Amino acid sequence: MTIAIIDYGVGNLASVKKAMDHIDADSTITSDPKVVSHAEKIVLPGVGHFSATSSLDRSGLRDAVSESIKRGVPFLGICVGMQWMIDSSQEASGVRGLGLWPGECERFPASVKSPHVGWNQLELRNGSSRLLREISSGSFVYFTHSFRLPLLKTTVAECEYGGRFSAVVEQDNLFGVQFHPEKSGPIGLQLLRNFCSL
Amino acid sequence: MLTKRIIACLDVDGGRVVKGIRFLNLRDAGDPAELATAHSSSGADEIVLLDISATHEKRATLLDTVRRTARELFVPFTVGGGIRTLEDASAIFDSGADKISLNSAAISTPELIGEIAQRFGSQAVIVAIDAKRTDDKFHAFVHGGRKPTGKDVVEWAKEAEKRGAGEILLTSMDRDGTGKGFDCELTKAVSEAVRIPVIASGGAGSAQHFAEVFDEGHADAALAASIFHFGLSSLSELKQHLRSAAISVRWPC
Repeated sequence: MTIAIIDYGVGNLASVKKAMDHIDADSTITSDPKVVSHAEKIVLPGVGHFSATSSLDRSGLRDAVSESIKRGVPFLGICVGMQWMIDSSQEASGVRGLGLWPGECERFPASVKSPHVGWNQLELRNGSSRLLREISSGSFVYFTHSFRLPLLKTTVAECEYGGRFSAVVEQDNLFGVQFHPEKSGPIGLQLLRNFCSL
Repeated sequence: MLTKRIIACLDVDGGRVVKGIRFLNLRDAGDPAELATAHSSSGADEIVLLDISATHEKRATLLDTVRRTARELFVPFTVGGGIRTLEDASAIFDSGADKISLNSAAISTPELIGEIAQRFGSQAVIVAIDAKRTDDKFHAFVHGGRKPTGKDVVEWAKEAEKRGAGEILLTSMDRDGTGKGFDCELTKAVSEAVRIPVIASGGAGSAQHFAEVFDEGHADAALAASIFHFGLSSLSELKQHLRSAAISVRWPC
């Protein structure tokens, strides 16, 4: 029983793995749907293009993730991995997300530089978040992305950059973060610890 | 609010951190992995490691250095110097870097920017430009500042963006290592011409210089090396100064 970090051929998985090792979490990088199905928790990292998530369909990983989620297995999507949790993205029309919540990822407005790169603040919404335990409103985390999730009912932390968007979403066993906890210093490590100790 | 980033740069040669003045007179400044962790815990928002020798023989040493440095670093980590092919870039990413910085190779094979961006994402590709003033223009140089390219810096930055670069690392060769302050005019010219973030580099000597390049130069981030290694100013002191100048930085860190 371990944490499966899903490898779907993109992104820097090594840094997520390193962060997990640092907090003494038992994790493994895998592209095998069977390993994912047996995992105690699932992390879907992601940098790069939304279209890359279409490889999850071909490899059987989408079904493995869907079934685990239904059984209540905790799931954490990071960056593009979080964007994949809703219906779709303007970045790749025709590529289907998991559709856990309705919505489409959108571009930043022309009034701000894009990508949104750097350390920005989390603004926590009222209510308790298990993922953000011991993390306070105003904490800085590292973002790097060109597309963003709109605000949803499941948003637990927002961020402001050319308008407000979802920085953290959470509902039952489902968690998504737009920033990179593995690159967000002590705050990011705390968030990963919170996820691992669910 | 999105903050201005302070980036600590480690120039490495054969596995050691060195620093020169105007690319010459190198002095030893320590172990890259130790310095990266120290800078990160004292408040650096990112770490950049530049391989200034980048000879074939030293490539293996570099990859080992990248691995060692990345291991305990939980802030963004960029590696540059001598990356000529997609394979070179892949090896650097595999060793634990989050971004790579292209300089000479971006000029000689501009397609490489797009190739790497397509595979690893634009956010992972920084195009570094070494700029020198001649008359009233800025020209791009390569090969550690030894060779002119004939390219105008602003035009080249725009092309790099179009080809898929996620950020521009802009170094003023005239100011590098002098401690006389960043070239705000150069930084502003590039920052206003592109939509991607611009990292100002070259010339940092005081906290006030950082404030100037953010205010007047419209830089999104500023990079410095020797100012941090030799304790000329601590990072927290620098950030406190910027906060009192109403520049938003990550704090506390």
